[in-house]
Amino acid sequence: MIITVASGKGGTGKTTVATALALAAAARARPVYLLDCDVEEPNAHLFVNPAIESERAVGILTPVVDAEKCDGCRHCAEVCSFNAIAAYGRTVLVFNELCHGCGNCSNLCPTGAIREELRPTGSVERGWAGGVKAADGWAGGTGAIHFIRGTLNVGEAMAVPVIREVKKEARDAPRGALVIIDAPPGTSCPTVECLKGADYALLVTEPTPFGLHDLKLAVEVARDQLGRRVGVIINRDGLGDGRTEDYCRGEGIPVLMKIPHDRRIAVAYSDGIPLTEALDGYTEKFRALLERLATEVGR
Amino acid sequence: MIIAVSALDGGLEAPFHRSFGRSPVFVVIDTETMNHRSLANPGAAAGGGAGIRAAQTILDEKVEALISGDVGPNAYAVLQAAHLPVYIFSGGTVRQAVEAFRSGRLSRADQATGPARGGIGGGMGTGVGRGRGRRGRS
Repeated sequence: MIITVASGKGGTGKTTVATALALAAAARARPVYLLDCDVEEPNAHLFVNPAIESERAVGILTPVVDAEKCDGCRHCAEVCSFNAIAAYGRTVLVFNELCHGCGNCSNLCPTGAIREELRPTGSVERGWAGGVKAADGWAGGTGAIHFIRGTLNVGEAMAVPVIREVKKEARDAPRGALVIIDAPPGTSCPTVECLKGADYALLVTEPTPFGLHDLKLAVEVARDQLGRRVGVIINRDGLGDGRTEDYCRGEGIPVLMKIPHDRRIAVAYSDGIPLTEALDGYTEKFRALLERLATEVGR
Repeated sequence: MIIAVSALDGGLEAPFHRSFGRSPVFVVIDTETMNHRSLANPGAAAGGGAGIRAAQTILDEKVEALISGDVGPNAYAVLQAAHLPVYIFSGGTVRQAVEAFRSGRLSRADQATGPARGGIGGGMGTGVGRGRGRRGRS
């Protein structure tokens, strides 16, 4: 089962929920994968303290033109949807920062003058959170979480290629594994990438006008455009008003959990203490939530 | 001499437009005869890389000089590759721009004159050429 924890508005508690879900699910029979796909600001590690075992550079395949083979036809500039290539005669200018790595130019070059080269734009790290400590570090086992984190390099604009690589790391997840994706805020391409392939979109919001406004956008994308099952967690319950619940009722969207606006949670968060440890009863609440989702999804 | 002027609209009386990449129209003028035609700038509506697209358009038109205002670093790099001279005009109509050019009152840019608006999300193109250049028209 793949659960993507998303939100419209930022700072509503995606990471709080994603890490609490992972920790509550760990120590159970099924393997748990926690994917921090908020690559512009990954912070799930602060709450699960993973031991990182490997790291690899990821990025975008950008074109390199072989001047010997180029005959100056300018086709590469014409087929680039992102205006990342300009050509004048056999002078071909490539603006790497604009390149999305779509491969049009290299695939369509009539003389085969363009090859692709990886331009690193970030990294993907993999390791374990919790579990059994072996001589050479964490070694999985009972209570372990497969932890995977993507980081977009500072100054880079495109998160999606890094997110894709993070998701690839969970391809080896066995049947029955629980994959939790901590998505970035918003409803643009990076969030869409995180929702692709998900069995369930867990939308975290706060009951404020701003939270509701962005929740509606998130529902439009996750449910209406991508066809995901959606459910809502209301965080900082007690703030704002009842309009978020009214909206969910009207749309037939289940409100799966309410997390109170409680100073103790904020204090624990600032110390990197996950919700499951901050307040009693949350491990059980999140386990019950997982069971409910598993039933609904049928996996 | 064939020159291009960035403009808000078509024709010689159209207002000059100082932003090169997002300029809606380029008016291409023969300075000897004042014969002219106007073409839409595909960069104006581009999601990103507006200046690059605009510059490519200008190069494809085989003009011998460009009159504009703010030419960003990416666009300038492309125009440079073709050794296309860029002249800076401050404001008025397309006709006034051509007149100022003909009387030698416009200064030639020797570097980008506009900010890097950076296509998507603020990236600045370095525009490193990877090909062998044929000498451009000038």
